[in-house]
Amino acid sequence: MKILVAVKRVVDYAVKVRVRPDRTGVETANVKMSMNPFCEIAVEEALRLREAGAAAEVVAATIGPTQSTDTLRTALAMGADRAVHVLHDPDPARPLLPLAVAKILRAVALQEKPGLVILGKQAIDDDCNQTGQMLAGLLQWPQGTFASKVLLDKEKQKLTVEREVDGGIETICLDLPAVITTDLRLNQPRYATLPNIMKAKSKVIKKFTPEELSVDIRSDMEVIEVNEPPKRKAGVILSSVDELLDKLKNEARVL
Amino acid sequence: MGAMVAGALRRGSGYGGGGGGFRCSSRLLAQSLRRFASTLVVAEHDGGFVKPSSLSALAAAEAIAKGNKISVLLGGFGPALHKAADHAASSHPLVSEVLVADSETLAHPLAEPWAELLHSVQQKGGYSHVIASSTSFGKNLLPRAAALLDVSPVTDVTAIKEPRVFVRPIYAGNALCTVKYTGEDPCMLSIRSTSFSPATEAMSETKVAPITQVDLSFLSEGTIGKSTWVNLTSQDTERPDLANARVVVTGGRGLKSAENFKLLEQLAEKLGAAVGATRAAVDAGYVPNDLQVGQTGKIVAPELYMAFGVSGAIQHLAGMRDSKVIVAVNKDADAPIFQVADYGVVADLFEVLDELLKKIPDKK
Repeated sequence: MKILVAVKRVVDYAVKVRVRPDRTGVETANVKMSMNPFCEIAVEEALRLREAGAAAEVVAATIGPTQSTDTLRTALAMGADRAVHVLHDPDPARPLLPLAVAKILRAVALQEKPGLVILGKQAIDDDCNQTGQMLAGLLQWPQGTFASKVLLDKEKQKLTVEREVDGGIETICLDLPAVITTDLRLNQPRYATLPNIMKAKSKVIKKFTPEELSVDIRSDMEVIEVNEPPKRKAGVILSSVDELLDKLKNEARVL
Repeated sequence: MGAMVAGALRRGSGYGGGGGGFRCSSRLLAQSLRRFASTLVVAEHDGGFVKPSSLSALAAAEAIAKGNKISVLLGGFGPALHKAADHAASSHPLVSEVLVADSETLAHPLAEPWAELLHSVQQKGGYSHVIASSTSFGKNLLPRAAALLDVSPVTDVTAIKEPRVFVRPIYAGNALCTVKYTGEDPCMLSIRSTSFSPATEAMSETKVAPITQVDLSFLSEGTIGKSTWVNLTSQDTERPDLANARVVVTGGRGLKSAENFKLLEQLAEKLGAAVGATRAAVDAGYVPNDLQVGQTGKIVAPELYMAFGVSGAIQHLAGMRDSKVIVAVNKDADAPIFQVADYGVVADLFEVLDELLKKIPDKK
């Protein structure tokens, strides 16, 4: 079986983003970019399934500008076998939406015929939390979102997924092929070692355009403006618990 | 009829191209929507009542247009569903119809049959908007149904400016993005329930919306056999639900152990508060992960948020920065949490906790 993993290049999670003065978006020039943390977890899970003998090949895919190749190289250095890069230059006013990404990934999935697709549960830039669900819907495959544990039964072609839901942990069982999206607690992603980074340079990255995959990437969303969130007014440092209780009772009136 | 008028207007406007003509007709469109908006709210229920997060979705539906006709979709199985339907029918003055889908297939929140249900109900009803709350149920279901309908949903809406113009946080709440939906009907959104307070005024006894059973013939073996529900392990807790609590006390890595978290629970008991945690505390195994507050956990906005031993990483602030009053207790005076706190105490959290436990009277 083959596993397809979708990865996204985003502003590094530790960067404090700044809104551009013209309010068209956030500043991404000269900002550190990395693989979306949830995508790293997705790559790691695919590699573990391959190492456990449940899968034969791990293919990483991304949709994005030329620089997104770096993100694919990271996935390859972690251990993915090869990669697919669908080139797309973003327009800040008409960003590529999860629906378009899901349509491109469906085209890639129809070509590669994986038994399982793993994605992160959300990208930490747009915070949409949509792509995996949409891909599953388009393919008419079952979905296991927010996965914190994945068990694959190769013989029965079934997947048991523990999901992080509001009230606790929910367990569901899915027929393969299926789509899963990763939650933070699924695993601890490995670091790429130097020899593996070197090896990754010779691994194959196939390049496509959305047109070559015959995917229409029309956008039905327009970004009107991006603003800073309202600042909170400066707080005060108190010297005692009594003072705190007094403020909460008499000033803030919340106790 | 509303959908037809709106559709005709949009076809005439050539909305895909944008430009000046678009702006003019979009105003017409907005006007027609204000008159003809019809919203489907996908509601969740528990123990025979509509959940508070879904009541917030009703409030969001009201914000879309005055006189909006709201239909509520409730799915599930058995008597509790019908009791919840009665609750939904009298839950908001704008609710004009409650649609009930009663089937064993829908007894559990599996995305596959639910997305088919939503797809079918939308195709029959031709709603201009479909709203769910950004709960794990809503986030699982809405995008799948949207893909079946070939439209782009808007996630985690915190404000509705116009019937198709919304504000949503991006980059862990460090930027607010205003987007305009320009696609086909329906405009689908998941709303952040802490941003929409449900109407509190009592409904008049006479206003009860009719309840209709949904025709479930669309449920085919092919789509529903692919996933099965096994079980749910929930943390049984007497305390209020984290997402809707009036007071939240949260612990971070500074709590040092699961044992010490009991102190926070005692404080929560006294305050009638819910207990939250940072990712560090969850990863260290102090508390289960459904207590995590942050970008990837729960988003809360209580009246009072008390953070003990929480440094205030970007990802944590994303989940609590809209709280009305924030209290931070931390040994480190440079911890970023103090930049958002209204009241800060730079001290050992265990000493502060002890003193608070002594000085706050028990909840009656």
